[in-house]
Amino acid sequence: MAEAAAHDHGDHRPHGWVRWVYSTNHKDIGTLYLIFAIIAGVIGAALSVAIRMELQEPGIQIFSGLAQMVYGMQGDAAIDGGKSMYNAFGAAHGLIMIFFMVMPALIGGFANWMVPIMIGAPDMAFPRMNNISFWLLPPAFILLLSSMFVPSAPGAFGVGGGWTIYPPLSTSGQPGPAMDLAILSIHIAGASSILGAINFITTIFNMRAPGMTLHKMPLFAWAVLITAFLLLLSLPVLAGAITMLLTDRNFGTAFFVPDQGGDPILFQHLFWFFGHPEVYILILPGFGIISHIVSTFSKKPVFGYLGMAYAMVAIGAVGFIVWAHHMYTTGLSLDTQRYFVFATMVIAVPTGVKIFSWIATMWGGSISFKPPMLWALGFIFLFTIGGVTGVQLANAGLDRSLHDTYFVIAHFHYVLSLGAVFAIFAGWYYWFPKMTGYMYSPVIANTHFWVTFVGVNLIFFPQHFLGLAGMPRRTVDYPDAFAGWNMISSYGSYIAAVGVAIFLYGVFEAFQKKRVAGANPWGEGATTLEWQLPSPPPFHQWEQLPKIK
Amino acid sequence: MRKFLASAEFLAGAAASAVLFSSGAAHADQPRPWEMTFQPPATDMMRQIERFGNYTMWFIVPITILVLVLLLVCILRFRASANPVPSRTSHNTLIEVIWTVGPVIVLLLIAIPSFQLLTAQYTPPEEAKLTVKATGNQWNWDYEYQVDKSFSFNSAVLQDADRAKAGKEDRALYPRLLAVDNELVVPVNTMTRVLITATDVIHSFAVPSFGIKMDAVPGRTNETWFKAEKEGLYYGQCSQLCGKDHAFMPIAVRVVSDAQFKTWLETAKTDVPAANKALMAEIDGTNKVAAAGN
Repeated sequence: MAEAAAHDHGDHRPHGWVRWVYSTNHKDIGTLYLIFAIIAGVIGAALSVAIRMELQEPGIQIFSGLAQMVYGMQGDAAIDGGKSMYNAFGAAHGLIMIFFMVMPALIGGFANWMVPIMIGAPDMAFPRMNNISFWLLPPAFILLLSSMFVPSAPGAFGVGGGWTIYPPLSTSGQPGPAMDLAILSIHIAGASSILGAINFITTIFNMRAPGMTLHKMPLFAWAVLITAFLLLLSLPVLAGAITMLLTDRNFGTAFFVPDQGGDPILFQHLFWFFGHPEVYILILPGFGIISHIVSTFSKKPVFGYLGMAYAMVAIGAVGFIVWAHHMYTTGLSLDTQRYFVFATMVIAVPTGVKIFSWIATMWGGSISFKPPMLWALGFIFLFTIGGVTGVQLANAGLDRSLHDTYFVIAHFHYVLSLGAVFAIFAGWYYWFPKMTGYMYSPVIANTHFWVTFVGVNLIFFPQHFLGLAGMPRRTVDYPDAFAGWNMISSYGSYIAAVGVAIFLYGVFEAFQKKRVAGANPWGEGATTLEWQLPSPPPFHQWEQLPKIK
Repeated sequence: MRKFLASAEFLAGAAASAVLFSSGAAHADQPRPWEMTFQPPATDMMRQIERFGNYTMWFIVPITILVLVLLLVCILRFRASANPVPSRTSHNTLIEVIWTVGPVIVLLLIAIPSFQLLTAQYTPPEEAKLTVKATGNQWNWDYEYQVDKSFSFNSAVLQDADRAKAGKEDRALYPRLLAVDNELVVPVNTMTRVLITATDVIHSFAVPSFGIKMDAVPGRTNETWFKAEKEGLYYGQCSQLCGKDHAFMPIAVRVVSDAQFKTWLETAKTDVPAANKALMAEIDGTNKVAAAGN
């Protein structure tokens, strides 16, 4: 308490609930985002474990019981309700992990916390807008969660159309209000992200400390700047698409209704025009974090800094012109497919530059394997696996056989669940001492890493085999021949769930033991500005702007 | 524990049935337990896809191993205890050019056969001799034979209760969730065009061993083609989420000899169940002869 009082001196620091609810402080809002992401992540992970429990064996065993418990259905209605509930779990898992876990953690959480500090700014450009950006998220999340308890199709609850919500399954296929709630949820979450993106762009362009030119800016700030542009340009397209979905559903328009002159495929084009940049929105901030960590723990500056920055610019730019590689089987013309194959393969080049530059940063370094570095190494290797399967999927001729199978699930979980999520944990263990002032137990952090590493690889590597053998994704039950690898995959998910528990315990333990971390626990390699401040940083930093040489 | 044992028992059973099935005379392409690769190709197109898939492995596996080895070298040679003084190198134009140009060359090497494969998929080598229209419904398929006197029938997942009546009690040949009541019957070695559409929501018509997958979109007619090389039963599943019974709308294609197809077609124009029954009886008969001949 005494310490807290000392910090208060001249700080105009609000107290109690006012501090959080009315917060305009980028660090407090960042903390709120991180707490929110942890809660959403635990819920999203629980949904995925339920899915894996169902798929552990052929037949329907978990979801008919769940439908009985949650919706009070009986007999055959429970089995049918269970099938729909499985689809609803799949859609909710995807939407929650994307909009309410990865984006809030990387952009709302780490970027809010660290970008102003790194560029030598006292706060974000629009602190009050920052507040509304965060506070739009909980209502959006509540809308999405409540959609799981209201009717969709007859005898079904929750949005059962996957996170991609393709019409007509999301329009005439599910007339109930669940889809409307989900659409509204995505609208609000999207508005929140657009406001955040405007804030980051303004902050980074206008509030850098004297001497901090764009080409001296830390790579995490670069990554967030590019991500913010992707958000700003892609989210309005999604908002338009789901608004058209909403009016198709409720106001008699026919954008996607074929018998009234509309086209269901139009939605897919609009959706993926957002959806493909979105996957780079999820991974680019992670790229930034990994660059910092690799450099810090190798005690070397980032190799090929400019190449790294402009590789991200290239990935972001090309990311906008590859969307239809998600649609090779919809009946695109041969020439269209040729173009999208070519454009998609181009992305592998800047991505390769990043992977090799990280390795070159380590080369000749003096590497210490602290927990953040362990996660970063895991990231580089697993992201490479996800990247090379992506190169395979880019080929429309081969994708013919792999599209909509478990191979795709394996691919995008290698780049997101094992890529983006590993980057989040790397960032968490890197900045946790800075944000809280406490050092976690490295033993717990390392255990968390190894358990998660084994778990997620067991989940997703066998899914490559399932996909090759032809198992379609999004099925509640499967032919008996797929049982073997599904069982392994499910066991992996239980191990990964133990990893989540270890993570939560590690956070609890760090706050309980209160080991003081000090301003810079990582030593000479940690050169960005946040390590020049005490841990945790003062309520308002850089009242005297730092000078960058 | 009990569950685990049950599943182990189940797997053993599945493996045993796979052995039985592979020694049987009737040919069928379907997923097999612990399968790690594509199902065996039943068309030349799928063989090309498989070949191209294997070809890409020659690039992506070495690249992955290269990254792993480089990481291991860094971990061993440049750990703090082995290399206490870090270098300050942060630029090397030559190496940066190499790792930009290298991937470009690899991608070109992948792209050339990739474009050939893609072009081949859209360039059928001959005119189609048979056209069938597959229409996806929630949750079954309608197959319309566009012959001189068009006819159509419905194909839905085979319910366990109907197995005996349909004469499909052999679970290796008619697996759960893959077997249907009325298969799509096509002649062997015949260029077959499939027109694909849907009535309600989007479905997808896929037969893995043929190398085809095409979305069934309401309001559009998509087209694909195949030329099956061997008689037998080939299975696929709907490959676009289409609602609660998405997992329960399989696609089964029965490839038969020209003569068998002609006989079947004549009867099927008026009576599909009778045609199927006669066809199955004849195939069973030839298989028994073949099995005895083994």
